[in-house]
Amino acid sequence: MSRYFSEDHEWVDVEGEIATVGITDYAQGQLGDIVFVELPAEGATFSKGDDAAVVESVKAASDVYSPISGEVVEVNGDLEEDPALVNNDAEDEGWFFKLRLSDASELEGLMNESAYAKFVENL
Amino acid sequence: MSASETSAHDTETEELPLQALPLDGWHRAQGARMVGFAGYEMPIQYEGIMAEHLWTRESAGLFDVSHMGQLSFTGEGLDAALEEVIPASIATLAIGRQRYSLLLDEEGGILDDLMVSCRPDDMYMVVNGATKYDDIAWLLEHLPEDVTMNLMDEHALLALQGPKAVDALARVVPGVEKLFFMDCAAFIWNGHALWVSRSGYTGEDGFEISIPTDAASDFADALAGQPEVKPIGLGARDSLRLEAGLPLYGHDLTPEIGPIGADLGFAILKKRREAGGYIGHTRVAKELAEGAPVRRVGLSIEGRMPAREGAEIFAGKTKVGTVTSGGFAPSVGAPIAMGWVDAAHAGEGTALEIEVRGKRIAARVAPMPFVPHRYYRKTS
Repeated sequence: MSRYFSEDHEWVDVEGEIATVGITDYAQGQLGDIVFVELPAEGATFSKGDDAAVVESVKAASDVYSPISGEVVEVNGDLEEDPALVNNDAEDEGWFFKLRLSDASELEGLMNESAYAKFVENL
Repeated sequence: MSASETSAHDTETEELPLQALPLDGWHRAQGARMVGFAGYEMPIQYEGIMAEHLWTRESAGLFDVSHMGQLSFTGEGLDAALEEVIPASIATLAIGRQRYSLLLDEEGGILDDLMVSCRPDDMYMVVNGATKYDDIAWLLEHLPEDVTMNLMDEHALLALQGPKAVDALARVVPGVEKLFFMDCAAFIWNGHALWVSRSGYTGEDGFEISIPTDAASDFADALAGQPEVKPIGLGARDSLRLEAGLPLYGHDLTPEIGPIGADLGFAILKKRREAGGYIGHTRVAKELAEGAPVRRVGLSIEGRMPAREGAEIFAGKTKVGTVTSGGFAPSVGAPIAMGWVDAAHAGEGTALEIEVRGKRIAARVAPMPFVPHRYYRKTS
């Protein structure tokens, strides 16, 4: 399994044609206490860069973009009950949605873990 | 990921370069995350808004509000002159007492909300940071020449808020425990003159302390060294005041709304309501008689999705208002909001809907405060 990162602070795990998407630990730290996550509908299709979800902290609402194109096949229902999962475990249990990739070549435009770490360091 | 709505605080950043507060270095040393607000770099949070909010409600939070404008007025005929520009009763304000008041324009719209105190040698006023220079210009234009106004920019302003604020502050400044809500008095700390009022912006018991800038950092250390006290940022200040039903100028209050519509009629005592004689009275008298067409109300929201400032409020298909402040309320455990709603739909308990990102969420006009005030009154 490979993990990719976007400049908008999403992570993508790819297994076969299914990609799991969430926001990075850095992003949750910037947002602060998360109180609500609005997830996409299963079956929705996104192009790379589309608004896909909304994450609400105490202080503001932020858009989460789809870092790649595809169709939503599953969303993380646990976030409805416990949005703080994103604070506690952003890069694992706090995942947002799973996509069936429509264009795997888009992954080439994303960063690997060390490139993302460097990207964050320079912010 | 990116912020689609900036917070209330971020949007108030002025175009001018941001100024540093007297306690700038102190905040950074405490691990604050700094943001632009009202022209200053200010701490939005230290350990996190939720934790800071809950800490203030159960213990004591230290807030730096030095961006606010502290004004001192002296001169012949001061009481009468101030009564012409603000609707507060100044002549009957005793030394050591403070009142909440408003600056109104000629049409009765709200230019700012403020606290005014009677001190032995002057009248002392605290106005909002984002509006202080406009307020000063307005006051200069409308006060007679005999009145002298000074911006006390050599003073910092700290607030200590929460049920244990009195324990912590009385250890550092003995005697403050004798003040009741809206009392104020002079104290000395380490040779520095303090002006302390028992008031605040959280709904909790607490104090606001005006202190010379050069002593502010040591004083903040002395307070933060008390076991009850943690530093609290602007983020929790906003969620605390929202739960307390206290309006935020520039959001819940603007020149578009008057004191009666804003549900701040309590700030205008009977004698002044009847006799008038202050700028903006025509509208106040009219709205007292006929009711205000639009009213500031509290809104409780069903579910967990917050409704933010700017969201439209509906009764069926008809738009009847707009959210002016909203967010998640940590002590309530649910989203809450304030909004301006047409009078016909502003009655307590009225079922309404708020549109958030194209979806309607159920809301209800709710009594404020959302969390009971715990002020230390003479009767308590």
